[in-house]
Amino acid sequence: MLLEVNNLTKIFMVGLLRKKEIVAVKGVSLQVNPGEFISLVGESGSGKTTTAKMILKLIPPTSGEILFDGKDITKLKKHEELRDYWSKVHGIFQDPYASFNPLQRVDRVLYQAFELIGDKDIDRARAVREVLREVGLSPEEVLGKYPHELSGGQRQRFMVARCYLIKPKLILADEPVSMIDASTRKGVLQLFSNLRDEYKTSVIFITHDLGLAYYVSDEILIMYKGVIVERGSPEEIIEHAQSEYTKRLKADVPLLYRKWEGF
Amino acid sequence: MVLLQAENIRAYYFVSQGKVKAVDGVNLFLEKGMTLGLAGESGCGKSTLVNTLFGFVKPPLHLVEGTITLDGQKISDMDRDTLKKSVWGVTVSLVPQSALNALMPTKKVLDFIKDVVLQHQALSDSDILSMARKRFEELNLDVEALYMHPHELSGGMKQRAVIATSTLLNPKLLIVDEPTSALDVSTQKQVLKMLMDLKKASIIQSMIFVTHDIAVLRQIADLIGVMYAGKLVELSSTDNVLYDPKHPYTTGLINAVVTPEPEVRRRGIVSIAGEPPNLLKPPSGCRFHPRCKFAMDICSREEPPLLEVGDNTLVACHLFSSKGR
Repeated sequence: MLLEVNNLTKIFMVGLLRKKEIVAVKGVSLQVNPGEFISLVGESGSGKTTTAKMILKLIPPTSGEILFDGKDITKLKKHEELRDYWSKVHGIFQDPYASFNPLQRVDRVLYQAFELIGDKDIDRARAVREVLREVGLSPEEVLGKYPHELSGGQRQRFMVARCYLIKPKLILADEPVSMIDASTRKGVLQLFSNLRDEYKTSVIFITHDLGLAYYVSDEILIMYKGVIVERGSPEEIIEHAQSEYTKRLKADVPLLYRKWEGF
Repeated sequence: MVLLQAENIRAYYFVSQGKVKAVDGVNLFLEKGMTLGLAGESGCGKSTLVNTLFGFVKPPLHLVEGTITLDGQKISDMDRDTLKKSVWGVTVSLVPQSALNALMPTKKVLDFIKDVVLQHQALSDSDILSMARKRFEELNLDVEALYMHPHELSGGMKQRAVIATSTLLNPKLLIVDEPTSALDVSTQKQVLKMLMDLKKASIIQSMIFVTHDIAVLRQIADLIGVMYAGKLVELSSTDNVLYDPKHPYTTGLINAVVTPEPEVRRRGIVSIAGEPPNLLKPPSGCRFHPRCKFAMDICSREEPPLLEVGDNTLVACHLFSSKGR
């Protein structure tokens, strides 16, 4: 078991005078094995991003434990321990533009990754060109450019190239393709699958798109109002949904070869 | 009867590096009662095209060539004031991509409605209120929303309120640009349902729906037009486009769709290789040829014309032109 999340809960306190509790994530448990591709599917506000942030150790959970390689990472404090964790668990987010510094050339995003790996003997320039080719970018075309000079798809491929450099054990990809064209989405997701096939990298794919999750996952977890309401293989979820929420979600996804009733 | 006729539309952005040919020679017509879906990747010119059809052409965008006739009026010759007074909101309404932010944060929905109506008709406050109430009821929208500020409304409710407002004066044509792309699927369905209701209730007659999501068009469009790099490359009935796509780009778009259904699973999902071209310097000949699996010699040399290939299908591809065969 690579990652084991037990009974994870996050409560946000809002308001200045009268405090109000917002339960964003409630008792979430999940397991990820090496090389497993799991999808966390839910609408906005379902708590899927909050869950990801806790696993990435960007925000602390209110309660629950997150075991990575058997160790509870919620207790990590030291800088070195954190750096070590983040070299094994890597996040990719919806808007790749936000991960770049607009005033600096895109190359920097990759060169910074070497600080996480800490490998000094590596031929950095060569490694950068290699990973760019692996994610389907031409180094000549993208190196030396500024973020705004790349297309959305190119920017996201660039961020994925970081994963190819760092080779983390687990990638948390939060809506990584929702800002790029439908016609190239599968190609970007394929890059994660390739990593998995080559290095047994595990992926937690966070999305609102049930269709995409259906095609790339080993397991789908459906999240609603902070709770995992259903989990199963893609076939079980799509063909034999049990929970009312999953059934409703399925009915609301527009299909290509079926028309909704009353439309 | 033809409601909208656009001939040889060329709309370019004049920028310091040159001309961005965002819409380059598009011919389009729309019959009364029809919903046309415009599909294509981002940057293909679909938003520019609908802005131009609406008459919203503001520098750096220029209508370089072409005429637009809407409901018998040649709107491409009209100045902005005329458009504002007698065309927009009355004959045609546009809900642009950023419409979720159209509502002023400090104003109630009803105040927004008043502003819009008063541009066209001198009505009293109470008349506007009863008109708005009646329409909200007709469209199954919560009338309470009229008295709310935008931040009190959900994304889907905001979008529906904006659409209800822009169709208050019963425009013959409604143009909506990616109205549901920022919404969750369940909210998307409500917005789509409302658009269908607008047509069923004859509040609007025709609609142009811009989206990159062909599965959404399956639900609401009678016709689908596919745009690529500033050109209309295919135009046909929704069924024809889905079951018998002609242009290799159309086939590519459909094969990239990931909907959870058996047909898609059997077929598999294939992304289109490469990126859309830079419209400052579009490729020669057919603009799709650098990404096309079927590209022939002629494709890089000569631009394929948009031809009728039977069964009311128009396609611009040398695979179907006499020169290609």
